[in-house]
Order: sequence, then C-alpha cells, then structure tokens
Amino acid sequence: MPSVMLKKNAEGKLVFYVPKKDLEEVAETVEFDTPEKWGGEVLLSDGSKYYFEPIDGQPDFPVTLRAKRLDSGE
Amino acid sequence: MAALTKEETEALIQEVLEIYPEQARKDRAKHLAVNDQSLEKSNKCITSNRKSQPGVMTIRGCAYAGSKGVVWGPIKDMIHISHGPVGCGQYSRAGRRNYYVGTTGINTFGTMNFTSDFTEKDIVFGGDKKLAKIMTEIEQLFPLNKGISIQSECPIGLIGDDIEAVAKKANKEIGKPVVPVRCEGFRGVSQSLGHHIANDAIRDWVLENRDGDESFPTTPYDVAVIGDYNIGGDAWASRTLLEEMGLRVVAQWSGDGTIAEMEKTPKVKLNLIHCYRSMNYIARHMEEKYKIPWIEYNFFGPTKIAESLRKIAALFDETIQAGAEKVIAKYQAEYDAVIAKYKPRLQGKRVMLYVGGLRPRHVIGAYEDLGMEVVGTGYEFGHNDDYDRTIKEMGNATLIYDDVTGYEFEEFVKRVQPDLIGSGIKEKYIFQKMGIPFRQMHSWDYSGPYHGYDGFAIFARDMDMTLNNPCWKQVKVPWKTDDTSKVAVAAGA
Repeated sequence: MPSVMLKKNAEGKLVFYVPKKDLEEVAETVEFDTPEKWGGEVLLSDGSKYYFEPIDGQPDFPVTLRAKRLDSGE
Repeated sequence: MAALTKEETEALIQEVLEIYPEQARKDRAKHLAVNDQSLEKSNKCITSNRKSQPGVMTIRGCAYAGSKGVVWGPIKDMIHISHGPVGCGQYSRAGRRNYYVGTTGINTFGTMNFTSDFTEKDIVFGGDKKLAKIMTEIEQLFPLNKGISIQSECPIGLIGDDIEAVAKKANKEIGKPVVPVRCEGFRGVSQSLGHHIANDAIRDWVLENRDGDESFPTTPYDVAVIGDYNIGGDAWASRTLLEEMGLRVVAQWSGDGTIAEMEKTPKVKLNLIHCYRSMNYIARHMEEKYKIPWIEYNFFGPTKIAESLRKIAALFDETIQAGAEKVIAKYQAEYDAVIAKYKPRLQGKRVMLYVGGLRPRHVIGAYEDLGMEVVGTGYEFGHNDDYDRTIKEMGNATLIYDDVTGYEFEEFVKRVQPDLIGSGIKEKYIFQKMGIPFRQMHSWDYSGPYHGYDGFAIFARDMDMTLNNPCWKQVKVPWKTDDTSKVAVAAGA
C-alpha cells in the first residue's frame, strides 16, 4: 500500500510519484477519470498497475493517496 | 585518440570487476553501466541508492552530513547544535564554504561550531539535561539568534534521548523556533537520507509557522531559490540573473538563507529547484499543500543558463519573458569573450566526474560550452530519478558509475586517461600523484562561484588554469614507464 503523490504535468497527464521507491512515471490510463468519479486501476508507462479506491469527483491535484499495487509489470 | 566504443567500455567494466570475490562482483556490476541514450529509464541499466559493500572504499557521507552539512548548516541566523560527541561538528565546521552576509557570532553563526560535546557520562545517563542547558546558554551568549536546530549524531538515536520533548520545552521558554532533527549518521545508506530527514524537519517545524499570516506583501513575481547552498557565492551569482529578469527572490534555501525566508516561502508563486536531489522533497510537499509549482533549472554554462531562464520565464507573463531575453543579450558579449578565450585552450579535452547528487549531470553543459567532453560520470548518492535525468545529458558509450569505489575509480582513470578529473578532496591527491589534473567539484577547489554568467567566467578560468598548468609536464610518476603509457587508451589524445 504505497503512498503515491499524484500531479498533472504540463501536458495534462497524470504523474505518479512514489517517494520511497524514487518511482516517477506517467500514467497511461486511469479507469475512472470523469468529473463525477475518479480512481480504479491505473496503468503506468513502465507496465505496472496500481489500484485507487474510486472517489466521487476529481481529487484536487497534486495530492497524496494510498494505492494498492496490482501488477509490477515484469 | 577516439573515445572508447560501447564494447570496449563494457569490457573495461568487466575487467575492473574481475578482482572482486563473486558476491561483491555481482553486486558492483549493477552499479556500473555504459550509457545508452535510447533508454528511457535508468533502472534498466543501473542500480542506485543501495548500501555500500563492506570492505570497499566508498566516498559517501552520512545522514548527519546531509542534514547539518548541507541543508541546515547554511541557514545563517540559526544556531545548529551538533548534538553528540565533539568530532562530527568540528570536522564538518564551515566545510562547504557556504558564504553569507552578517557578523559571525553576533547575528550570523555559519562558520561556528556548537556542540553538546558528549562524554561517557552523557551516554550513560542521557544528554537531555545537557541539551536544555546548552540552549539556555546559547540564549544568553547569542541573543540575536533567530532559532536553534538540534542535529543528532549517532549516539542520540542509540541511547534514545527524547530531543523532541527538550525542543518543545525550549521553544516555549525562549520563544523562537527550536527544531529537533533526527539525522543520526547511521540512518540510510548515504547523506541522501539526511537531506530527506532535514526536509521533513523543515516541513514539520518551520514551514507552517506563518500559515494564516497575510502581513507579508506579495507580488506576482515572487520566487524561491531552492537547493542552492551559495558555495563560493553561487546563490548570489544566480540571484542577480533572476532579479535582472524581473523576478523577486523571496527566499534562498539555504545558502545565505535565514529562517524568516524559509517561513515566507509558502507565499511564493514558483519554487526554483537547483539541487533536485537534496530539496525535491520539500518542493513536492509545497506543491501539494500550497499548490506552488516547482521546476528544475541549471545555471552552469551559458547554454544551460539561457535554456533555464527561458524555461522559468515561460511560466510568467511577457514582461518576464522579455526580461529573460534582455538578460541573455546583456551577458552575451561577456560569455562569448570567455568562450573565445578559453575554448581554443580546452577544446577536445576529456573529463571524468564523480560528485554528489546534482553536479555529475549539471556541469556537463558548462564543459561542453568550452568544447570539452565528459566521458564518465557518477553520483555518490544519486537515486534512480537522477540517473534518468543523466542518461540524456551524457554521450553514448560513456561510463556511468554509482557509488564508485576507490579501486574502481582509479582503474577507470588509468584506462580512460581523461585530461581532467572533477571530484572531491579524498580523491584529489591520488589523481594528482598519478599526474592527472584535478578540480574539486564539491567546493570548487576554494574558488567559485561557478553558477550564472559571472560564475562561468571563473569556471572557465579555473579549468584552464588546472589543465594547462605547466607543472603536469614535470610530474613523472615512478611507476609509469614508457611501456605503460603506450598501452593507455587515449594518452595524449
């Protein structure tokens, strides 16, 4: 259950940062990414997958959230 | 002679690794790599931020060095107590030449050493009482201090002193910030964790002090310079450029910085990060909490300076963008003259670097401006994200070494035969005795500043002065026969 710092980069893409692991990746897809609902499975550009408990509405980026690691991508 | 090919570099790494026992060889192999610009992520080729192997000569420091020596130490109007035995404070005293303005011992304390001077008695019975007493004494002797930080040395963590409680109590008594920092030297694998701990201490004990206080008048052009430690005056050389382009520098972290500046930083519009490795943590925190964006910039060499000034200006309005162009144009004649003078003397020279957490990639541009080539680089305590940023800066087939050992570094140098090495004091005399020109790139070899346009002129002069010094022709090392110099890959170039 890593704490993940999420922010939007200049292109509006989601940047995923795990301080403990120096992991800084751009998110390829986010399962739910609408003004009403956000979260679910997030696929990173290195192939790994994380899961965020879906929440109502967009989080106020940048924000730190807890994620569950689904697939390391290796 | 031409640079090494990819295969040759790989063979060189294998050759150097041969001397280690199997286990150590396997571990060290992960830390040495041949650069390949096509890679997006460094973790495919290099491992970093791992514990050093027992028995090798590592060049790293400790968490206390990262906190007291780097992040907290330069904050000039605070008193930083080296809490523990006397040695750590004394040997690190004024070590990084973080210049500052002020009267030492009256309102600034940068080059002084404050220590609780632990003895056997304090280890056995605990040092909390002593610490409380020291702070009262400091208040009497140096009433103009603006706060105190307690920098823990190893024994504090080992004996379990409650410095937080002492700090809170002292804070009430003296009415100034008292910051306990849990930066015991044994924490982590290098000074890098010390930076992180120091950043966290600033976050927890300093940053919020002026939340809700709107008395500080702000402008839309407020910025903070973060991660510039003013070594030899670096931060000043950077600050003038930013101010000339129309920005207002509210805070300097932490070279020539004050605690008041740090407390005001949450009011700025943009954080400018020079040393990413040591201060990205606090920038990320401010981005999340105060919604202050941050960018990295690089003020080494005119190419990178112009690039950075434009990048910074792009985040502001047209007046700043015009200001940036004006600054670049203003200094053009100056830096063109520097390049015209020194480039012919330095053209084609090859450099190997091994520095801390930022310069192994940041100074590459400055060398390239002078027509020099960096053929090997490495970090003492860089993390993966540092190497990610390095791959693009370095040429293909160049050497990259993480937490290099004394032995490896010497062997690489013997084979690659660079014309100049930039590293620290511990490496300096070994390589000078090997007959290779050397610059200390941690403290600029008692010179500086190297940041900004003013700094570039000094940088170029220093490199020329070292490289083309006639003394190198007089050095004939006893073990160097004519045979070995022929074998050397690029001798004489």
